[in-house]
Amino acid sequence: AGVAHAESHSGAVAPEDVQYGETGAVATSLSGMPGDAANGQVVFSTKSMGNCVSCHAVAQLTDVPFQGEVGPELTWSGESRSEEELRGIVANAKMSFDGTVMPAFYKTNGYIRPGNGYTGKAAEGDLPPILTAQQVEDVVAFLLTLKEQ
Amino acid sequence: AAFAGGADDDVLVINGEIEMTTKADAPAHLDGALDQVISGWHFRADETQQLETDDFENQGMIFVDQAIDQWNTAAGSEGKSCADCHGAPEDNMAMVTATYPKYDSDAGELQTVQMQMNECRTERMGADPWKYDSGAAVNMEALIASVGRGTPVQVAIDGDAAPYYEQGKEMYYTRYGQLELSCANCHEENFGNYIRADHLSQGQINGFPTYRLKNAKLNGVQSRFKGCIRDTRAETFSPGSDEFVALELYVKSRGNGLSVEGPSVRN
Ligand code: HEC
Ligand code: HEC
Ligand code: HEC
Repeated sequence: AGVAHAESHSGAVAPEDVQYGETGAVATSLSGMPGDAANGQVVFSTKSMGNCVSCHAVAQLTDVPFQGEVGPELTWSGESRSEEELRGIVANAKMSFDGTVMPAFYKTNGYIRPGNGYTGKAAEGDLPPILTAQQVEDVVAFLLTLKEQ
Repeated sequence: AAFAGGADDDVLVINGEIEMTTKADAPAHLDGALDQVISGWHFRADETQQLETDDFENQGMIFVDQAIDQWNTAAGSEGKSCADCHGAPEDNMAMVTATYPKYDSDAGELQTVQMQMNECRTERMGADPWKYDSGAAVNMEALIASVGRGTPVQVAIDGDAAPYYEQGKEMYYTRYGQLELSCANCHEENFGNYIRADHLSQGQINGFPTYRLKNAKLNGVQSRFKGCIRDTRAETFSPGSDEFVALELYVKSRGNGLSVEGPSVRN
């Protein structure tokens, strides 16, 4: 419910209206606002939010134990990827990498047996995307800070 | 992936006498999806592995002892115990875990060990069925597994079992939930990799029931399935459901060739 509220004002792009380029990149901010890298780091590392760290290791996150290795290490994302590419990958990685294991974080439908969070029970009505438009922007801002020091 | 650990090369011998096959060539029906099938034991830490090598250290055996008492105790309106019909478990139950789930033509359905035990309870003992994956049921399942340790898993997937196998296979590759993850995404494409603190195994079930250090009891196969599907942010299925019975056959068949290992120790 909090999500719907956050998306209802300002210039946020709804999940179904996101324009993906040919290689899956997304040109403009989903929230219409710049991202906050510090908050993006929290989203990245928190299970109930992005939980990205369960699959990806990031050398700069020295105080986060047990980083995953299902996806590639992201220690250099700020150098190897553009903001537009990163936004597209976080919003819906399936547009960049066909059939990838990586979940889509800014999508609301097309799921098989969607659940209500981690309860194991059926979702009630349409699911909000896993991350809000602003949280996607925040994670992208965080990823852009990841460079070899 | 960055620092893929993979399966270790340790060798599992239980009580200094039962030599376990914990790696085997993949059965032909896996059709190249895996080269080798590997017990979950290989993906656990040394300390956890060690606990399974000796029945005095394997805390799962405490629950097997409880099941032995139950085996010998009459229950239900007919006043019969399991022992009255089946004698000693080691004499008559050694092949059960290796061959179940199995199609039962009288019942006209594929039966897991728990379903078969409940058939005996309700139709032959006049007793109430055990709730699926309840303590009493899983403990008895572990007793039956324990007397079959070392026997290669060899479930049939043809004939009357074929439709269940197909249903289970379809489920195995379905990307459930808001995270859109299938069993195969984690246990076929990523075994050996860490997903946060967990070292992904192939999700084999030759070691079930498993004694988990996490909850200090024996855990049933289908409860594990339930947890894995729940973790994809999906509406999961229930232990005992038709879907999970089919999935149990399919997943068990992926381990054809591995030794029956239950009750195993996991974290
Ligand atoms: C369940 C596993 C999983 C989760 C969770 C996950 N990813 Fe990924 N991610 C992957 C995989 C696998 C790839 C590799 C893409 C491919 O080829 O399939 C990937 C690729 C990427 C890439 C591209 C790397 C490159 O430069 O090639 C970025 C950036 C990324 N992920 C960021 C994230 C962020 C941010 C989150 C959380 C909001 C996240 N991932 C969550 C599995 C995951
Ligand atoms: C009154 C006799 C009787 C009692 C009591 C009984 N069973 Fe059975 N059991 C049978 C018969 C007969 C079969 C074979 C029926 C079939 O295959 O469907 C069987 C089959 C089984 C099998 C499958 C064996 C195989 O090789 O496929 C298992 C496992 C089993 N029983 C467990 C139990 C347990 C556990 C109990 C006690 C809770 C129990 N039974 C009590 C008569 C009994
Ligand atoms: C998001 C990743 C993920 C998905 C999807 C997943 N699992 Fe798991 N599963 C795990 C993790 C992590 C463990 C604990 C480590 C291990 O034993 O592999 C586990 C453990 C298991 C185990 C216990 C293995 C043992 O030796 O004790 C079984 C069995 C299993 N999974 C089956 C399944 C099945 C069947 C599915 C699909 C219905 C599934 N899993 C989907 C992550 C997953």
